[in-house]
Amino acid sequence: MKIKMITRAAAVASVFALSGIAATAQAATLEDVKAAGELKCGINTGLPGFAFTDDNGKWAGFDVAYCRALAAAVLGDADKVKYVNLTGKNRFPALASGEIDILSRNTTWTFSRDLDLGFTFLGVSYYDGQGFLGRTSLGVKSAKQLDGASVCIQTGTTTELNLADFFRVNKIKYEPVPIETNEEARKAYEAERCDVYTTDASGLAATRSTFTKPSEHMVFPEIISKEPLGPLVRQGDDRWADIGRWVLFALINAEELGVTQANVDEMAKGTNNPEINRMLGTEGSLAAMIGLDKSWAINAIKAGGNYGEIFEKYLGKDTPLAIARGLNAQWNNGGLIYAPPMR
Amino acid sequence: MAKVGPHNSRVPLEIGRLMTDERSRAVILQLLVLLGVLLFFAFIVSNTIANLQRVGLASGFGFLSDAAFFDINQRLIEYTSQSSFGRALIVGLLNTILVSALGIIAATLLGFIGGVLRLSDNWIVSRLVTAWVEFTRNVPLLLQIIFWWAILTSLPKVRDSISIGGVAFLNNRGLRTPAPLFETGMEWVVAALFVAIVASVVLVRWARKRQEKTGKTFPSALATFCLIIGTPLIVYFLAGQPVNWDLPVRTRFNFRGGFNITPELIALWFALSTYTAAFISEIVRSGIQSVSRGQTEAASALGLSKNQTMRLVIIPQALRVIIPPLTSQFLNLTKNSSLAIAIGYQDLVSIGGTILNQSGQALEVVGIWMAVYLSLSLATSAFMNWYNKRIALVER
Repeated sequence: MKIKMITRAAAVASVFALSGIAATAQAATLEDVKAAGELKCGINTGLPGFAFTDDNGKWAGFDVAYCRALAAAVLGDADKVKYVNLTGKNRFPALASGEIDILSRNTTWTFSRDLDLGFTFLGVSYYDGQGFLGRTSLGVKSAKQLDGASVCIQTGTTTELNLADFFRVNKIKYEPVPIETNEEARKAYEAERCDVYTTDASGLAATRSTFTKPSEHMVFPEIISKEPLGPLVRQGDDRWADIGRWVLFALINAEELGVTQANVDEMAKGTNNPEINRMLGTEGSLAAMIGLDKSWAINAIKAGGNYGEIFEKYLGKDTPLAIARGLNAQWNNGGLIYAPPMR
Repeated sequence: MAKVGPHNSRVPLEIGRLMTDERSRAVILQLLVLLGVLLFFAFIVSNTIANLQRVGLASGFGFLSDAAFFDINQRLIEYTSQSSFGRALIVGLLNTILVSALGIIAATLLGFIGGVLRLSDNWIVSRLVTAWVEFTRNVPLLLQIIFWWAILTSLPKVRDSISIGGVAFLNNRGLRTPAPLFETGMEWVVAALFVAIVASVVLVRWARKRQEKTGKTFPSALATFCLIIGTPLIVYFLAGQPVNWDLPVRTRFNFRGGFNITPELIALWFALSTYTAAFISEIVRSGIQSVSRGQTEAASALGLSKNQTMRLVIIPQALRVIIPPLTSQFLNLTKNSSLAIAIGYQDLVSIGGTILNQSGQALEVVGIWMAVYLSLSLATSAFMNWYNKRIALVER
């Protein structure tokens, strides 16, 4: 009996070893997504405006909307997304290991992440910068007056590094209070474990909107860093990166060209603007070049609207966050949002 | 070749009989299993290396000398954001050791007291301890850590700090105490302390020998206490009180100066010690109960007091039963300290995680984690095994 078991174990072990099931998440992400019938999208564990559960218990938000648009473009159905909630710390291992197909989680595009960590950033979906949130009762007008303050930060983020730089350069001291998630950081700030909370200005606006009395808190005027946020994929699958990139550009171009969730079907019948026609597939062969269904851009826009519509719906002035377009307005409207042409 | 069994000596091994012969079959199968296991690990290693190369991640430990660029709030050694990843890891390691050591001391004390009290004749005392043991050891440790942290962070805010004699302050950012600043002359006090310790050891040995020879007892506990506390104190005053105190001062946001014990450290320490103490008290109780009743009766027949019976007869024998499971509790405590991450205490895992994130060297960091916890555990159990041998029953 025992010998039988040992032989069987040996056989299993050697078969397993010899067959060489290379557990690689190599290339062909598109085929993997199609075969699985769902897009595995990495999002925040919860950040108002960017990734939150709506009244129906479904994930929604600015970052989530991009996942839905991409799923719509690739699979034809915006609901075929499997959301994976990730913290600042575990997002990169999750992407590198193939646990997710794409990361859309307010992640800053930096040199070392692009090169050293082996990822490819697809573009900038939100131009952000790091700021400070504090109580108005502190009587502080500027972040430079924060000498000796306790500062709550999320670990494993660029903000942690910017913070250290900012205080060092300004020769002032602080006590860092490291926290894992935005939700925990909010609690620590509310309990006055720290005087100020620092993260991307968008995140601060999001956090401030959840307080019972937002007017008692203020975001300091200083923006101490550039934080271009955008979706990213693993390096080494250029085709998948192209698809992700051009879905983002399609949403941005759609706003510029006036294609909205409401009128996209109408426009898909043909317009007198060749750029719109090429994007929506009535002219040219962009769909064949990207290797997706002819209606890929239509589906993406229909999923949640164009870039501007998504921004207004989740972050805009009618939301509790009330973030102005600012840097995130279209280039022809005083902002930095600019997508290459669909040609 | 050693002795060959009668069966084999009569039937020489042939190639064709290898699988039917019981002895050779056993050897062959074991070799095959070993080969399979080795191949399996070789596959895992080569697959990992291949995958790392594919995504262009350089492996190796060179990143440890790169600058960290992040700050750490609790550090036992000098560290700035310009220090290296390696130094940051050491800061984390020291924080892990600090909370583990504090936890082990407190858990052992609490556990022994709890274990003895649980056997108390006083109904209320024993039931209270039972309730405490059953509660703490049946509630997940993570919840207890968060519980203590929540309690500590709901202490008064900085501006309403509880003042302890005007020199120490307790608030929801921890306990601010004065920090000693040593000046010249302090080296004499330290030297005096050393001399006092050596003298106490000699004294205790002498007292023991004298007791064995003449039966006369000597109050060595009291004497050593006076020596170790008294001598440095006298030298301290003779040297002109070479210690200044850095007192905490209120500033706009926080207290500045002095020494801050963060609520994270205290919460983790409380949770780890009370949780582990519950297990230790059960171990102590079982150890004491394992000593046969006859021992107590014999001791009281000899005229030993209840206290002496416990100290000189019961505990030494109970320790033999207590030490081995106690060791694993110490190991558990050390490993459980990695739950620190839940409340942001910057231990080895927390800082390692940040480094992993900033450098992308996942395998290396995880490897360091495992190696460090393994070494800590092996060191602890080596020490406990040594101690166990020392107190083991010497059979005459």
